[in-house]
Amino acid sequence: MDIRIENLTKKYGGQRAVDDISFEVKTGEILGFLGPNGAGKTTTVRMITNFILPNEGTITIGGKDMRNFPDEIKRHIGYLPENNPLYHDMPVIDYLEFVGGLQGIPKEHIQSRVVEMIRVTGLNAEKHKKIGELSKGYKQRVGLAQALIHDPEILILDEPTSGLDPNQIVEIRKLIRELGREKTVILSTHILPEVEATCDRILIINRGKIVADGTSENLRKQATGKEILNIRIEDGDPNDIIKALRDLPSVSQAGFLDRHQDRFEVHSASDSHSAKDIFNLCVTNHWTLTEMIPFETKLEDIFRELTTH
Amino acid sequence: MNTIRILIKREFQAFFDSLIAYIMLVLFLGISGFFTWLFGADVFMVGQASLRAFFSIAYWTLFFFIPALTMRLLAEEIRSGTVELLLTKAVTDREVVIGKFLSTFILILVALLFTLPYVITISSIGNMDLGAVISGYLGLLLMSGAYISVGLWASSITKNQIVAYMTALFIGLFFHLLFGLLSTSFTGFAGQMFSYLSMQTHFESITRGVLDSGDLVYFLSIIILGLFLTETTLSKRKLSN
Repeated sequence: MDIRIENLTKKYGGQRAVDDISFEVKTGEILGFLGPNGAGKTTTVRMITNFILPNEGTITIGGKDMRNFPDEIKRHIGYLPENNPLYHDMPVIDYLEFVGGLQGIPKEHIQSRVVEMIRVTGLNAEKHKKIGELSKGYKQRVGLAQALIHDPEILILDEPTSGLDPNQIVEIRKLIRELGREKTVILSTHILPEVEATCDRILIINRGKIVADGTSENLRKQATGKEILNIRIEDGDPNDIIKALRDLPSVSQAGFLDRHQDRFEVHSASDSHSAKDIFNLCVTNHWTLTEMIPFETKLEDIFRELTTH
Repeated sequence: MNTIRILIKREFQAFFDSLIAYIMLVLFLGISGFFTWLFGADVFMVGQASLRAFFSIAYWTLFFFIPALTMRLLAEEIRSGTVELLLTKAVTDREVVIGKFLSTFILILVALLFTLPYVITISSIGNMDLGAVISGYLGLLLMSGAYISVGLWASSITKNQIVAYMTALFIGLFFHLLFGLLSTSFTGFAGQMFSYLSMQTHFESITRGVLDSGDLVYFLSIIILGLFLTETTLSKRKLSN
């Protein structure tokens, strides 16, 4: 099932919390939904899950309009809300059975689904405890289990790994990646490495508007525009080397990083790669290329760049 | 229908898990039993094989207990945020409201079932008017339904259980007592109107064994209006919140 969002707007008072956003998520795609606090992430997610209604715009899921078929669509969505609210007075098993029943799993399959979910999320030792007695990490697993119990085609997760220890985080990310192969996943998070590790596509939202949409490589490229290499060439006169580097057609710019250690920063011309040319240049001149490091713009920098002004 | 059944089961369990149900049952049976058998205008004092004493005390105990049962129903879900989890499942707002209403109603039904020994005991003492007993229980159930409905609405407008309790009690007080008092101090149309709004009027007419469709309409209108307002309050979050 795919999700199509068109011109979605939500106003609180006079303020536009979500301002005319449109995007699509295809089946088998994991979308990382990023943005600073108060950017409109949770509002958007709540509109997709039909907890609140948009003022304008349409949400179409699997070809059906959310306004007309909310109950039919909700059956296909697994949702882990922000802050993971749960009934603390209920034992884990009872809770999962309750949710399974509400989501329309036939009675005879509920037991096996609950057992399966407890296995997948590693809750076996805690299954008879009341949810309120569990640690934060285990509560988070219960939150994930209830979102997954009816094997939904669409999975919407708001901060799924908060409160988990590093081992659990790796496991959950792996689980999300596996699920993402056949499901449509929206992962809303603050944790940038998590997005890089799990998501096929990144959507950055700021002040209710989409400011970036693409794969992490695309975003990097957009941010820097071109490839940057940090290289070190020995056994040659630095001035000769810099001159030769600047003469290469694939290089737009070259400069010293550190004159004494023969380090240079080379900017490739847009849409071209200069690594091979630099290597060949060194071979013909009998220089020794000892380091070549592509300079990566961090996702953090892109995020800051896009959301702080 | 299946969804409502699941919702009722969960709410009903929650009553017993949180001990509210036990406390309510013990208090209700204790207080109503005490006044029916031991104190004041009790069965022995009246000297008739009738349950009038029980019905008039249950009329007051339920009035105070029901808001205590309903105050948690939605206020707690709103406070803890689980309302988002619940309403994004494949359920409608209406199913949630009906499920919560019925779970409380069934609990009251259970509480009243525990008073059946009273009926058996009294019928063995003397010649009991069974019709009046049945209509008395019916009156209590209808009254309970009305107050559950009011309490549920009070619980939907706040995240604070105490506020929900006080609001429900405040609204209930008008039906329970104030309209009745007002009807005696007004004449003409206003007096009739207050008399019609007073729950006492309808409750007494039912417990006397007179089953008037007007009384039924009165109770059912309060129930339906309360449930409708609750659903509206829940759905309003979609537009503004």
